[in-house]
Amino acid sequence: MSSAAESVEEAAETVVEVDDLTVTFEGREGGTARAVDGVNLAMRKGEIIAMVGESGCGKTTLARTILGLEKPAAGRVLSHGEPLQYGGRALKAYRKNIQLVLQDPTGSLNPRHSVYEAVAEGPRTHGMDDETGRVSRALSMAGLRPPERFYLRYPHELSGGQRQRVVIAGALALDPDVIIADEPVSSLDASVRGEILALMLKLREDLGLTLLVVTHDLGLAWNIADRIVVMYLGRVVEQGPTEEVLNNPQHPYTRALLSVVPEMHGTEQIVLTGETPDPTKIPNGCRFHPRCQEVRNGVAEKAGVLEACTSISPAILSAQIPVGAAELGHDAACHLVTPPPTA
Amino acid sequence: MAVLDMRDVSLTYHPAEGPVPAVRGVNLSVNAGEVVGVAGESGCGKSTLISTVLRLYPKSATVDGEVLIDGENVFDMKWNRMRAVRWGEAAVVFQGALHSLNPIQRIGKQLVEPILVHDKGATEASAMKKVQGLLEQVGLPARHANAYPHQLSGGQKQRIMIALALTCDPKVLLCDEPTTALDVMVQAQILDLLKSIAVERSMGMLIISHDLSVLSTNCDRIAIMYAGQVVEQGPALDLFQHPAHPYTRALMGAFPTIGDGESRYAPSGLPGDPPFPGDLPSGCSFHPRCPIATDECTTAHVVLEPVAPGRDAACIHVNQGVGAP
Repeated sequence: MSSAAESVEEAAETVVEVDDLTVTFEGREGGTARAVDGVNLAMRKGEIIAMVGESGCGKTTLARTILGLEKPAAGRVLSHGEPLQYGGRALKAYRKNIQLVLQDPTGSLNPRHSVYEAVAEGPRTHGMDDETGRVSRALSMAGLRPPERFYLRYPHELSGGQRQRVVIAGALALDPDVIIADEPVSSLDASVRGEILALMLKLREDLGLTLLVVTHDLGLAWNIADRIVVMYLGRVVEQGPTEEVLNNPQHPYTRALLSVVPEMHGTEQIVLTGETPDPTKIPNGCRFHPRCQEVRNGVAEKAGVLEACTSISPAILSAQIPVGAAELGHDAACHLVTPPPTA
Repeated sequence: MAVLDMRDVSLTYHPAEGPVPAVRGVNLSVNAGEVVGVAGESGCGKSTLISTVLRLYPKSATVDGEVLIDGENVFDMKWNRMRAVRWGEAAVVFQGALHSLNPIQRIGKQLVEPILVHDKGATEASAMKKVQGLLEQVGLPARHANAYPHQLSGGQKQRIMIALALTCDPKVLLCDEPTTALDVMVQAQILDLLKSIAVERSMGMLIISHDLSVLSTNCDRIAIMYAGQVVEQGPALDLFQHPAHPYTRALMGAFPTIGDGESRYAPSGLPGDPPFPGDLPSGCSFHPRCPIATDECTTAHVVLEPVAPGRDAACIHVNQGVGAP
């Protein structure tokens, strides 16, 4: 373990870490929904991670728990190696450093607040000095230049892309270490999408920001992410460097997701039937087996793992070793990839 | 034969600030069994274009040209005929459909209603029977007729919205962003479903979306709109693989090909915003944002012209052979 810890320090500082995290909710019709069910994740300084999955996979709950908006039922969130404190002052300081950008910029902005007011709100809440300077720098970093020209404008006077830049400026005004972006471009027009993604890359470059981008969009991941974490029903099912995961996907779920990307002409579409199951009723064995194409088409049976698929849950993937280290892992929680101990 | 034929269709809104020409001279036809996609950014006029088909635009708006449904011009229809045509001849699957269902009424009841209104010979029982058949056609068990909307997932609700549009057996189905709020996997399921419905029922289908990539897989033909006009059209795969118009190229560039090293860490976009339809640039409307614009583009009158078999583009440079496919 000590050598792994050393290489962590050599490669990059871990900014936020999630350790065997479980988050539960009371289900609508009784029962307990395990929205996040045993997740390990380490985010290192300056890294862009794409967290990919369908609705109901727990990616938004995981993001909210990292922000301290939900308390875990088990496991911990660590910031710079220290467990997150859920008390008032410590939590407030933590949240200043880790900012959230949401999907729909129109919904995140108050229509009656000017751009200046919107961006200044964070620094005011946290009692930070030099408000005007902060607002001006944040707008400028977010690509709204010259910033003064935007101070007195209102959200309805801006285009969708400009609104998303205002939301990003609002996050930047607090000098955060980490930005969590939940589907940051999915409500934007195609032409604006590239501009916002380019901005995210530039912010990483200029400010050393760490970005966790929650998305269903694998093209986005290919455009900007260093690493991909694929989630299904509360668990990480595959993780690794972006090139590895997208060029050589291991988990059947990742392969299916990739096959329905409309740009993938020529590959045969694997359209899974049904939708992500209810997290109050997580299937036995591998949680993906009822929808798994390899179970349906007999591949799992031929490989002799079918029984394991329906009875043994694949081991929880551990948090990944540092970026920059040669042995950055690519792993998948699937019995076909890693045969179960009994097989 | 074309079940929907739009000929030189224009629509202008008239707010107090002055006229806003939202759609300008669009020609587009949809054959029976064919799926046609219209893509463009917000404000390009694609939703307004759909509104012309069933005259769903405000009274103050002025229209020009012809919209023929099965040969009959919608703009000439008397009010009674128009009411029968809506839902009976052409139906719409609206954007944000997930919120269009009545939350306190069972699904079956909501689907039965248009049948009873449009078909005087129908009874509650016969209509319910038809609804159950429709639910099965959109891939849902017939027992969902007894469900309330909140008991269904987003994808299931979207299937209900499609069934709702099919209740009166229209010849034309208009879909406004049918998959926008859905997950990728469910999106693929819904697009497959729409395509198979168009073929099975021999319907004409028009799908509009801001996401060109959504349209590429399941549409037969695609039209690209910019500032109220169609700037390029052609067979979907062909257009997707060899975009001719610089605007189409920019839209395509926004969605990278996974595995293509050139787009890795290099997202591509298109600077600037689309023009406000009430204040259009001179010449080619796209010239202020166009990467290949020349002085000529600021004054040129651009029209759709053939660039390849079945393919048209409205760009003087493409038509002169520069950047042609």
